[in-house]
Amino acid sequence: MTSVPVHDVTVPRVLRAEWSKLWTLRSGRIGLAAAAAALLAIGVIDAVGYDPAAVPEDGTVPGSRDAVAIALTGMPFAVLAVAVLGALGSAGEYGTGLIRATLTAVPRRLPVLWAKCAVYGGAVLAVAVLAATASFLLGGLALPPEADAPSLAEPAVPRRLTGAAVHLSLVAVIAVALGVLVRNSAGAIAVLVAVLLVVPELIGLLPGGLPDAVRPYLPSSAGGAMTAAPSAPDLLGPWAGAAVLACWTAAAVAGAAVRLARTDV
Amino acid sequence: MDDLSFTVEPGRVTGFLGPNGAGKSTTMRVIAGLDAPTRGTATVNGRRHAEHTAPMREIGVLLDARSAHPGRTAFAHLMSLAHTHGIPRRRVLDVIEMTGLQSVAGDRAGRFSLGMGQRLGIAAALLGDPAVIMLDEPVNGLDPEGVRWMRGLLTGLAAEGRTVLLSSHLMGEMTRTADHLVIVGRGRLLADTTVDAFVRRAGGGGVTVATTEPAALRSLLTRPGVGVTGTGEELTVSGLTAREVGAVAARHRIPLYRLTDREASLEDAFMDLTREAVEYRAAPAGAGEAA
Repeated sequence: MTSVPVHDVTVPRVLRAEWSKLWTLRSGRIGLAAAAAALLAIGVIDAVGYDPAAVPEDGTVPGSRDAVAIALTGMPFAVLAVAVLGALGSAGEYGTGLIRATLTAVPRRLPVLWAKCAVYGGAVLAVAVLAATASFLLGGLALPPEADAPSLAEPAVPRRLTGAAVHLSLVAVIAVALGVLVRNSAGAIAVLVAVLLVVPELIGLLPGGLPDAVRPYLPSSAGGAMTAAPSAPDLLGPWAGAAVLACWTAAAVAGAAVRLARTDV
Repeated sequence: MDDLSFTVEPGRVTGFLGPNGAGKSTTMRVIAGLDAPTRGTATVNGRRHAEHTAPMREIGVLLDARSAHPGRTAFAHLMSLAHTHGIPRRRVLDVIEMTGLQSVAGDRAGRFSLGMGQRLGIAAALLGDPAVIMLDEPVNGLDPEGVRWMRGLLTGLAAEGRTVLLSSHLMGEMTRTADHLVIVGRGRLLADTTVDAFVRRAGGGGVTVATTEPAALRSLLTRPGVGVTGTGEELTVSGLTAREVGAVAARHRIPLYRLTDREASLEDAFMDLTREAVEYRAAPAGAGEAA
């Protein structure tokens, strides 16, 4: 036998493995590119067509949307892209049988979950910070002079742009966790779409003051609070929003950890 | 699985044999840590799979040809597994060469045939240069050239002092590859024996003889330790070699028109063994079965 260097499994090595998995799959590269493109393209297109005097369709005051809100018009699409990215990254291992190879190599199992969350969360965070900032700067060039366009130097602006990136990053981690929980790509994506897009609409059907009491704590609203202008009504503050979304993320990851550690694959 | 206990020794190929549904795959999945046993433990080199700090160095596992993402290239798949153990790129290229995948290493695994998928699975199993190699139905989907290649590979790995355990439901293939047999049926151990001993037990050594004077030959051959059975002109003799039967016949001028060593019917012996297990299990209605 020739000697082959084989080292102990460590969390950094599992991270390295998951990092390479993200980039060697077409769906991984496309998912990240789609999220970035959604932020950048939609933000810039919205900036080009923005007319401060026009009455917005949602009935808000004309000219109330500032340059940051315009730069982040693509957020719903970006959220969808990273949700699909994360779900495919984890649930896809079950559908293809890859999970058996993965867990045979890392039989302690949980490092795989931590590494996947870190890799998907980290990659989305980095890509989204760049895309949101680029959307803000490029869109700013296209905005008419009379639009409300704060400078990047104002503290709230980097905070809101980074907030959008954190929002996307945590959605990606929730998607990874749901993929591990559901073990089926289509199922995980359906649950994510329901939680992120359908539940916020259905919540209005609750009686009395319940909708207004519950809505700020939904993952989508809590995430939105991180990017909202300081005066935004009906939302938690940015830090409270971040904390609430982090709690949702922690709950999903904890559920995934129990499922991964306890169930046969 | 029900109180299944056996030890697999290094330096030889051990065949793990049983009919479909006998619990072969379940046993291997428990060993690899993919399934948890209801009770009991499975250890590799004295430790549970998950307790090894570098599991791929201890045991290489092929459980399913479909254990790669179809969208990833063979090289990228192996490299990602190699990263978990800090295994260098050159070892990945080595196992690609050992399994004959050089020309398709850059192709997506989804385009692989079942046989190429098996080779990719074996490449992954060999990555960590493991002392123990465990393969579930490795010749499934291989063409004849692939089957021969696999046989040579496994024999070579055992000759290097590794422990090789492979499962199959094909008796014939197993006797050509394995040195030792572990036979299970319905989650129970039926036999733990060398291939040679199993072949002998299966009726090897018997002789079929056809003569125009069966009654005379029968009375000449019959003595303690020798069994003669058969009807008409064809007799089956146990306890004597074809050479001895021929000598007796020649001495007494009895014409023979056929004299052959009986082919050991391994498939029959295997069927008998597993059928007994089925009948045995049929009596007490499934008490304590956990597989």
